[in-house]
Amino acid sequence: MREVAIVGAGMTQFGEIWQSSLRDLFVEAATEAMRRASADQLDSMYVGNMSGGQFVGQEHLGPLMADHLGMAGIPAARVESACASGGVALRLAFLEVASGMSDVVLAAGVEKMNDGADVTSVLATAADQETEAYHGITFPGLYAMIARAHMEAYGTTEEDLAAVSVKNHRHGAMNPKAQFRREVTLEEVMNSSLVSAPLRLLHCSPVSDGAAAVLLCPLERAKEFTDRPVKVVGSGFATASMALADRNEPAFLDSVSLSAGRAYKMAGVKPSDIDVIEVHDCFSIAEICCLEALCLVERGKGGEAARSGFSALGGEVPVNTSGGLKSKGHPVGATGVAQAIEIYEQLRGDAGDRQVQDADVGLCQNMGGSGASSVVHIFQRV
Amino acid sequence: MPSPRYWREIPSRYRLEASRCCGCGKVAFPARKVCPACGAQDWKQIQLSRQGRVVTSTVVHVPPDDFLMEAPYAMAVVETPEGARLMIQVVDCEPAEVLPGTEVDLEFRLIRREGHGGILCYGYKGVPAG
Amino acid sequence: MAGIVGYGAFIPRNRIKTEEIARQWGKDPQTIRRGLLLEEKSVPGIDEDTITISVAAAQAALERAGIDPARIGAVYIGSESHPYAVKPSGTILVDALGIGPEVHVADFEFACKAGTEAMFVAFGLVEAGRVEYALGIGADTSQGAPNDALEFSASAGGAAYIFGRKNVLAEVVDTYSYTSDTPDFWRREGEFYPRHGGRFTGEPAYFKHVLAASQAILDKTGLKPADFRYAVFHMPNGKFPLSAGKTLGFSKEQLETGWVVNTMGNTYSGSSPTGLAAILDVAEPGDLILITSFGSGAGSDSFVLKATEELPRRRPRAPTVRSMLDGRRRYLTYGEYSKYREKIIVNQ
Repeated sequence: MREVAIVGAGMTQFGEIWQSSLRDLFVEAATEAMRRASADQLDSMYVGNMSGGQFVGQEHLGPLMADHLGMAGIPAARVESACASGGVALRLAFLEVASGMSDVVLAAGVEKMNDGADVTSVLATAADQETEAYHGITFPGLYAMIARAHMEAYGTTEEDLAAVSVKNHRHGAMNPKAQFRREVTLEEVMNSSLVSAPLRLLHCSPVSDGAAAVLLCPLERAKEFTDRPVKVVGSGFATASMALADRNEPAFLDSVSLSAGRAYKMAGVKPSDIDVIEVHDCFSIAEICCLEALCLVERGKGGEAARSGFSALGGEVPVNTSGGLKSKGHPVGATGVAQAIEIYEQLRGDAGDRQVQDADVGLCQNMGGSGASSVVHIFQRV
Repeated sequence: MPSPRYWREIPSRYRLEASRCCGCGKVAFPARKVCPACGAQDWKQIQLSRQGRVVTSTVVHVPPDDFLMEAPYAMAVVETPEGARLMIQVVDCEPAEVLPGTEVDLEFRLIRREGHGGILCYGYKGVPAG
Repeated sequence: MAGIVGYGAFIPRNRIKTEEIARQWGKDPQTIRRGLLLEEKSVPGIDEDTITISVAAAQAALERAGIDPARIGAVYIGSESHPYAVKPSGTILVDALGIGPEVHVADFEFACKAGTEAMFVAFGLVEAGRVEYALGIGADTSQGAPNDALEFSASAGGAAYIFGRKNVLAEVVDTYSYTSDTPDFWRREGEFYPRHGGRFTGEPAYFKHVLAASQAILDKTGLKPADFRYAVFHMPNGKFPLSAGKTLGFSKEQLETGWVVNTMGNTYSGSSPTGLAAILDVAEPGDLILITSFGSGAGSDSFVLKATEELPRRRPRAPTVRSMLDGRRRYLTYGEYSKYREKIIVNQ
């Protein structure tokens, strides 16, 4: 396999972007990624998208987006793994370049969620339709059950959950692309309305529109596009039982653990080598469980990480410096690529007020469903 | 839900039919072709008892549109004595009182209706035991 | 002798008090409580209907009968609130209980008499030897228009009876039916709430049919009211069945066990069958029981039953009616009740 680098990135504002359609969002992010890399041609493209069909009635996104990017003719396909769609698109682009099949490949993610669809129902299609969605479960509901199981098993508290939101909003306040550029207090989080007990509104990532795109090429050609490429050193992907009820330990995310193990092995790094991390905090409990599954904290100790400052900017391992899904926003198909962009910028030293000093190795973890799929990428400064 | 799909799922929805793996004893609900635990493909059909214990739970305050009139409602992962785990609503009680360890009986209920004129979809929900 | 081999009832756990309904419409609750002898009534949950109530009652009946459901050859559900206008309730029930597919199934409707009608036909088929076991159910989520007198009584619940010839809990000594065309209460196709003839529902309708059927079965069997331990008559409100019983010569003691209307309400097709279940919950071997239903339109079915030695042995296998009436309950406000009964127009 060839070594692969990211050489360009583009991302829209995340939020309620009423004036932009699904294709507008994609084109904005994709053209920015290409412009920044001074690339005018693509060999191939992957578009991560969870549910264009249900959110805006549009499927077949590969050719649609290639066409609107002025690239009709190239191979292009939409990739779906629920909220991990973007991360999986990145992985496929990485594999295509690493294999030698193509040189210049765009990995993008896009979602248009604010267009009138019943978002709760659409997202619930990422759960098992026969055994979960049929009975009225929602995604906040599934993660609330994970939270309650974690509280039962390890004594994790509502304060622990709230501390994750407080930290990520503090980070997000410094991110010009974030949906919510404001800090929240512990009291605000703990007094926000219940969405699915014990999870409250401010434990939940918002409904967002947005797109993100990164350009990949062989490391040997990276300098043609940028003076500061970032190397993709590890890619791990895993699945787990689809239905939460089928997991022996609802509070442990097997797919995250497996995908992380694979990525660490491929990259030849240990959890302690990681300088900056983006994890899939679709709900505050998810960040807690992900840190445990990534072996950054002991099992059961994830609740302390945000509260103690361990995972904050300036702490031992800054987590979700972008603001995470909570504050930056969560246009589901775009999220996995947007996470990679935060790490790309951190490793290039472009993260502004959010910059982690001397960041050399970064990791991002992107999850689908209630943890039925997870993809982890590890990046290194060149 | 389209009626062909509903019809196909009647054995598990109406009768709690599950299957026990002849290889490792794992109980799958609904029945499966391949055992997720050991990979065996020989199964014995069983019927779950109409009782169980809550493993984890939540109270859904923001429901999908189809469940708007029921919110807030409790949902739980319930383990039956056979070891099967079901994701179900727990009703006829204060939703906040449905917590891990709560014993429930399973009752046949209307789960959802397909709009005003569509089919009615039945299945099991939990109610506090006794 | 053919008779009941298993019985079971189910009453939803939601309740609304007479006072709460009276307050909504500016009526004096004491007048209503005294006039109709109603304290509260059961209300179906948003997820309960004739089918779910029938399944729960039939599951209890199967527990008490202890038979293989596949041996049941006929299933009839009597109700005036079948959830589908076209598509049987009974097919859902047989698939839920593991009955059939070799089974005769029909949904019955005869206002509040549909339950005993189902029992009557089920018993007849068993007695005739056409089927080994037959299941007859009366269940309703009764409709009553807002601000109508019926609103104080129309409630939800039902009872299921399995008839057979072996291990009978209560023998059917005799039956009698009395029917005439009497338009005292009706609901046209597509109408949400029934309409009724006010006081016309009393003397020429309820009392004429209940008294005629009851007197006829007494004459037919040669039994006197004093020979019975218990009697139950259809309960559209608290007063009518007590008045009918008194006219026939039954005492308060004979009537009070089956008189569940004051806290259950009128479960329409489930009314007298659930009263009978409450009696079977306490009856002793040898006790004679009279049940007379009434369905508007109009007609009455009467049964004379005799409890056997088997009854006390099988009774504990399922919950009693009293435990459901007095057990865990949840009281609704009129607003909640309106939501549960889908009386509020919402956007679909």
